[in-house]
Amino acid sequence: MKEVKCIVWDLDNTIWEGVLTEPGEVKLRSGMAEAIKELDRRGILHSIASKNNLDDAMAQLKAFGISEYFLFPEVHWDVKSGSVSRIKENLNIGMDTIVFVDDQAFERDEVSSVNAEVETFDALDFHALLDNPRLMPRFITEDSGRRRLMYQEEIVRKKEEEVYKGPQEGFLASLNMEFSISEAKEEDLQRAVELTERTNQLNATGRTYSYEELQSFMTSEDHRLYICELTDKYGSYGKIGLALIEIADSYWHLKMMLMSCRVLSRSVGTVLMTYIMNQAKADDKKLRADFKQTDRNKMMYVTYRFSNFSEYENDGQGNIVFENDLTQIQPFPHYIKVNLPEDVCAESSVAAE
Amino acid sequence: MQQKEQLRQFIASNLIVFEDEADLKDDDNIFQLGYVNSLFAMKLLNYIESEFDVKIETEEMDIKNFSSINNIMALLDKKLGVKE
Repeated sequence: MKEVKCIVWDLDNTIWEGVLTEPGEVKLRSGMAEAIKELDRRGILHSIASKNNLDDAMAQLKAFGISEYFLFPEVHWDVKSGSVSRIKENLNIGMDTIVFVDDQAFERDEVSSVNAEVETFDALDFHALLDNPRLMPRFITEDSGRRRLMYQEEIVRKKEEEVYKGPQEGFLASLNMEFSISEAKEEDLQRAVELTERTNQLNATGRTYSYEELQSFMTSEDHRLYICELTDKYGSYGKIGLALIEIADSYWHLKMMLMSCRVLSRSVGTVLMTYIMNQAKADDKKLRADFKQTDRNKMMYVTYRFSNFSEYENDGQGNIVFENDLTQIQPFPHYIKVNLPEDVCAESSVAAE
Repeated sequence: MQQKEQLRQFIASNLIVFEDEADLKDDDNIFQLGYVNSLFAMKLLNYIESEFDVKIETEEMDIKNFSSINNIMALLDKKLGVKE
């Protein structure tokens, strides 16, 4: 089973003991705040599906000091399977990475009858979640700890985008985006492993790599391992892109390229592609690329084809080798400041003088 | 003809253009006029498939077939012509 990305919690008799709409005080369940904070630290997101009045529920969570931990809360009187679906859409994650916690068997069954991939838990067992292997990521990276914050920054961005009047490029330019490509270093490798495991849509091969594999590529003379970070005026999106290249005699071979869907609407994937194409061209080589079609990465296939890659080999099982003659390379978009590995080298040599 | 104008409007409103005053003519190269990112490419395919009720096969996803309004219309004429 897949690693859990989000826990959807009920409130009454789950997060707290008691029912908010009934007379009397509700009481935060013992150990709940600690559990929520610990899971948040691991990079697991929290959300809510509760039948309550939104304002009252949020005020109560605030009184308990835990309201900021929940993203896209669904608090209303509609069915919870619908709430879970909306949370999935809002977070843009797979249904099979969500778990649902509720004290009522009826609600758990209702959710799993519609969304069979969602594993459900009785609220009484919430403490066991901390030891559940699906909620224990192998690495806890800087990005894990900031994950919730990054979603919260994204919510602010989206709101501003909605109210922004004027052309798309004007809005993008107003973000002051900086995209940095660098050769992966030891401290990037845990996040790199995590990216290969968590990225589905914009992932050319879907292949996962171990720490040791990536480490050997990082130090290999015949390979380049690039990692990318995007920042804008709201903060950092973290390390969001990865590419692995094998330098062969007559061509560069792009073995893997992925980009977190967190940055999908920022069109930075094509920036990395442009950089790699330019580098291969400067080296006077052709560019080949491995691709594995999955049921979720059609957008990546289209990205390659629209970057002028053509199919060089196709085994009919979805395993493709692309080739690109590098006659057409898109420029970098003018609304993003791009920092390249060679710029970093140049800067540090200046600093050394 | 009307479909062509709709296509032009779709591209004009979704493409992130390099020049503010870009005006999309039938033969203009879309890939030179603007920034073709993953999202735009995907939206364009989905738009064509639903609006013209065709399925774009992977072998047709050639950059040439989508580089201008005229080329997209030519691809569609070919596909729809074969179908009827």
